[in-house]
Amino acid sequence: MPVPHTASAPEATTDRALRTFLHGLPGVDEVGARARAQDLSTRSIKTTAKAQAIDLAISMIDLTTLEGADTPGKVRSLCTKAALPDPSDRTVPGVGAVCVYPDMVPTAVEALRGTGIGVASVATAFPAGRAPLSVKIADTAAAVADGASEIDMVIDRGAFLAGDYLKVHEEIVAVKEACGDAHLKVILETGELVTYDNVRRASHLAMRAGADFIKTSTGKISPAATPPVVLVMLEAVRDHFAETGRRVGVKPAGGIRTTKDAIRNLVLVNETAGPAWLTPDLFRIGASSLLNDLLMQRTRLTTGTYPGPDYYTLD
Amino acid sequence: MAERRGGKKADKADKADKGGAAQAARTPAVPARLAVRKTYKLYLGGAFPRSESGRSYAVTSTDGTHLANAALASRKDARDAVAAARKAFSGWSGRTAYNRGQILYRVAEVLEGRRDQFVARAASAQGLTRVRAEEVVSAAIDRWVYYAGWTDKVAQVLGGANPVSGPYYNHSAPEPTGVVVVFAPQNAPLLGLTSVVAPVIATGNTAVVVSSEAAPLAAVDLAEVLATSDLPGGVVNLLTGRVPELGPHLAAHADVNALDLTGTGEDATAFEEAAAQTLTRVLRRGPDADGGEEAWLDPDPGTSRMTPFLETKTVWHPIGV
Repeated sequence: MPVPHTASAPEATTDRALRTFLHGLPGVDEVGARARAQDLSTRSIKTTAKAQAIDLAISMIDLTTLEGADTPGKVRSLCTKAALPDPSDRTVPGVGAVCVYPDMVPTAVEALRGTGIGVASVATAFPAGRAPLSVKIADTAAAVADGASEIDMVIDRGAFLAGDYLKVHEEIVAVKEACGDAHLKVILETGELVTYDNVRRASHLAMRAGADFIKTSTGKISPAATPPVVLVMLEAVRDHFAETGRRVGVKPAGGIRTTKDAIRNLVLVNETAGPAWLTPDLFRIGASSLLNDLLMQRTRLTTGTYPGPDYYTLD
Repeated sequence: MAERRGGKKADKADKADKGGAAQAARTPAVPARLAVRKTYKLYLGGAFPRSESGRSYAVTSTDGTHLANAALASRKDARDAVAAARKAFSGWSGRTAYNRGQILYRVAEVLEGRRDQFVARAASAQGLTRVRAEEVVSAAIDRWVYYAGWTDKVAQVLGGANPVSGPYYNHSAPEPTGVVVVFAPQNAPLLGLTSVVAPVIATGNTAVVVSSEAAPLAAVDLAEVLATSDLPGGVVNLLTGRVPELGPHLAAHADVNALDLTGTGEDATAFEEAAAQTLTRVLRRGPDADGGEEAWLDPDPGTSRMTPFLETKTVWHPIGV
């Protein structure tokens, strides 16, 4: 059931209109959100349903490496794994995309040519976002020019928390323009937004500004993609769809390491936004070590024996 | 309710556990004290959880008297035990052999302090005579001291410099193999259990132990000793339950490095076949496997229970010019 709105979409994007709209959004019932997320996490997904969920989750992964120590070799091996996660079993689907830093985009594009898997690049002075707008736009344009099909930008949390919603809005609009055909994912960095009300406001702000996806976190801050935060964001995309007819995707990232976590997220999607969101076009999971756990659970289901981590590649 | 629980049944338990305490309970002026009975749980990763399945089973003494309910471990408990053992492996194997010896000796110290409890348990649960029970508990304590001594000597005995024809210094050293699943002897719940677990962890392995199904209480008591002896959590993980239920999953588990099949009975061959799928090391059942505690009394069992769970690392190092 959509949250009843007391405010409607802003007519013009003035600071005042944005403020009126965002502060007119109903507050999040924090206890209720936690309880709902906790309740949904107890769903039991077993046997064939689990097998389907595992394959779906694999196809939704944005296989990510965002380290200062990333080398071209590491990015290439990650791309190989993205295309063929389990070399001993070709029925395993490829992942959703590979997510790298902008300077690694050419390497990743080259390694993934012909696989149909896209390259996502973080941009706009990831992860802090502390750079002038011109630098952020140049960062984005360079990644797109190198062949990135998806851009993960960070919002200016400082401006958001200071109440300068227009600045955040204009930055997203400007980066969206620089993206061209590439999909834009907007990272809210919920761990720094302090309250669920802020998460809801930031979600709506990003969607109004043209985000194709809203993403929880950079993965550099803890807490990251906690279930209540994902729930609040899924409610936001659902309400946005009810209002505008446009479906915006959600990408939790950070802290999702086990099959159980991933399946719980899928349950949240199904029960909150609806089954229409259960596709890699509208739901992604930003992760690196999650893939091995999914592969191990898959092996467990197909062979009946417990697999060991020694049989899978190191990330 | 309190009346009923303080009545006949509690008296019986008192008699078995504390002897003289039952006398006080019968004095009319003093209200009968509620019996404090122990919940026998699993020992996983340094904690004492109930079985994930919530199941338990009744444990009786050899003459059929009900002693307690023990947790009936499930497949998922076994999986959790392997995960806990794997997590503890790098820390435990990374300790100095000397420190491992100190900790194993500490187990003996703490066990000595609780000797009366273990003697009473051996007498009531296994029906041993007092003298025999004393003998078994002493031997179990001495077994920890024995393997505590071996921790920093096994490398000298099994490793060393190898004479090679070339300008190399070549030496070999034993290293622990990893996670070892120990099926403890069915008829020797204390001394037998100690004799199979201590050699596994002495060399730096971590263990998942499936205790005797019929007599698991001594194993849980021993787990309490281990938990209070500076042994890091996860080095020994104890499952109480049925070998035919837990064994197939543990034997086929790809993250298990070795199996000790002592307590597996007729399932041994099937487990060995499952283990072969992932090249898991196997220690077959010995002649002592089905004997009682008496079969394990030999005070000097040697290295035969340590060597099956060791890998040999050989290093070639160029010398001279």
